[in-house]
Amino acid sequence: MRSRPLYGKGLRTLSIATAVTLAAGFGLAFFYAPLEADQGVIQKIFYVHVPMAIVALCGFVAGGLMAIQHLRTNDRAWDMRSYVAIHLSIVLGVGVLVTGSIWGKASWGHWWQWDEPVLVSFLVVFLLYCCYQPLRFSISDPERQARYASVFAIAAGAFVPINFAAVRMAQQEIHPRVLSETGGSMPGEMRLAFLVCTVGVALLFVTLWKLELSSKNASEQLKRLRRRLEDTPLEAAAGASAARPPVVPARPTGGD
Amino acid sequence: MSAPGGAPPGVFGAASAILRKDLRIELRTRESVPAMALFSVGAFVLFHFGLHRDTIQGDLASGVLWVTLLFASVLGVNRLFAGEREGGALDGLLLAPIDRTAVYVAKASALFLYLVLLELVAVPAFAALMLEPGIGGAFPELVPILLLADLGLAVVGALVAGLAAEARSRDLIVPLLLLPLLVPLLIAAARATEPLLASPAGPQDLAKWLGFMALYDTVFLLVAVAVFDFLLED
Repeated sequence: MRSRPLYGKGLRTLSIATAVTLAAGFGLAFFYAPLEADQGVIQKIFYVHVPMAIVALCGFVAGGLMAIQHLRTNDRAWDMRSYVAIHLSIVLGVGVLVTGSIWGKASWGHWWQWDEPVLVSFLVVFLLYCCYQPLRFSISDPERQARYASVFAIAAGAFVPINFAAVRMAQQEIHPRVLSETGGSMPGEMRLAFLVCTVGVALLFVTLWKLELSSKNASEQLKRLRRRLEDTPLEAAAGASAARPPVVPARPTGGD
Repeated sequence: MSAPGGAPPGVFGAASAILRKDLRIELRTRESVPAMALFSVGAFVLFHFGLHRDTIQGDLASGVLWVTLLFASVLGVNRLFAGEREGGALDGLLLAPIDRTAVYVAKASALFLYLVLLELVAVPAFAALMLEPGIGGAFPELVPILLLADLGLAVVGALVAGLAAEARSRDLIVPLLLLPLLVPLLIAAARATEPLLASPAGPQDLAKWLGFMALYDTVFLLVAVAVFDFLLED
């Protein structure tokens, strides 16, 4: 039986790189990037909020691509990857909405701003992906569960750009937008800090993704080993330890 | 043992057979369309009291009409695979030597026809109950908007119905999944209808929104045809 290593490869280096990049990014954001003129220190939340939003959206789309791979190769590992990517993106999405609201309250005076197309689109996408897990776990057959989840991930991945286009089109009628808000007019120091923070959050995402995958992999392997122990003929085990009862009683391990 | 009918039918032959079966069931039981129509009239009454308005126009009217149609379509989507499920006929359908896409095409067409029928009732009812300047001025522009929106609703609705068909809590999954997916369609349809229902007809941007709806319909039709095969395996 082939067994994968229990730890994801390079997890340690990846974690260290993540910690260093994030620390550097936040350091740059607070000590190097200039204070924004009319928003003051609250604008610093931008260095968390926007990178998280970008990474979450990329995670959703990546989940869709992995789902395509799953349906093409029929390899369950791709479904697991897609599931973990979407799951982490939902977690990041909560962070995006919370930090966005805080930023909005501080700089516009409202918790929510409907004429901010990126924020609104993000909410719609987030609401859609919130159904991923209820859908997935209301299907009992694991094989079918993986397939249905992949179909959902693909359809939702196609939905993300369409939704952004629609919300933006709806807004343009009232507020013509020359530049996107994260766009061109950032001074160089701000842009550097922003880029480093984005890379840091992306690395954090990849680290957590690998960690989660290797944990799932480990529990899968544990389950398999346990099953093999149960299947071992008793007389083989009897030679070694006749007195001891054969390991754990048979039960379906509902670990995850 | 050979199939008595000779060669298995193509996608469209099979789809039309399934569609005719669905329409016949609908004609005999009268389950989906009357329920959707009643629901929409009921929703107009609720909006009347909820908004505390005797008549509405413009953006408000367009929003009420489209939100009602969207919610009514949820009912249709929920019932789309009901016949197969309750009769245990899905297995039989899957045993038939036909392309799975035929099932999708049939279900989407059935939903499209239901929605057209629904609108034949709901739009006049809406005009009579709530609309102030009357619906006459909205034609013929309203027709392509309705048809493109119906197509989008049918395309996405049949996919969601297939996705939820195996889920235990499918009555909850369908609206939760369908409504966010329909947001772009709602935006386009409501924005396109809005100037048509205003009493001095507002500036129109019809081409843009119709184009967007056509794009939406095409993208989701392609996605659905590509992935639907994986839903109804084994």
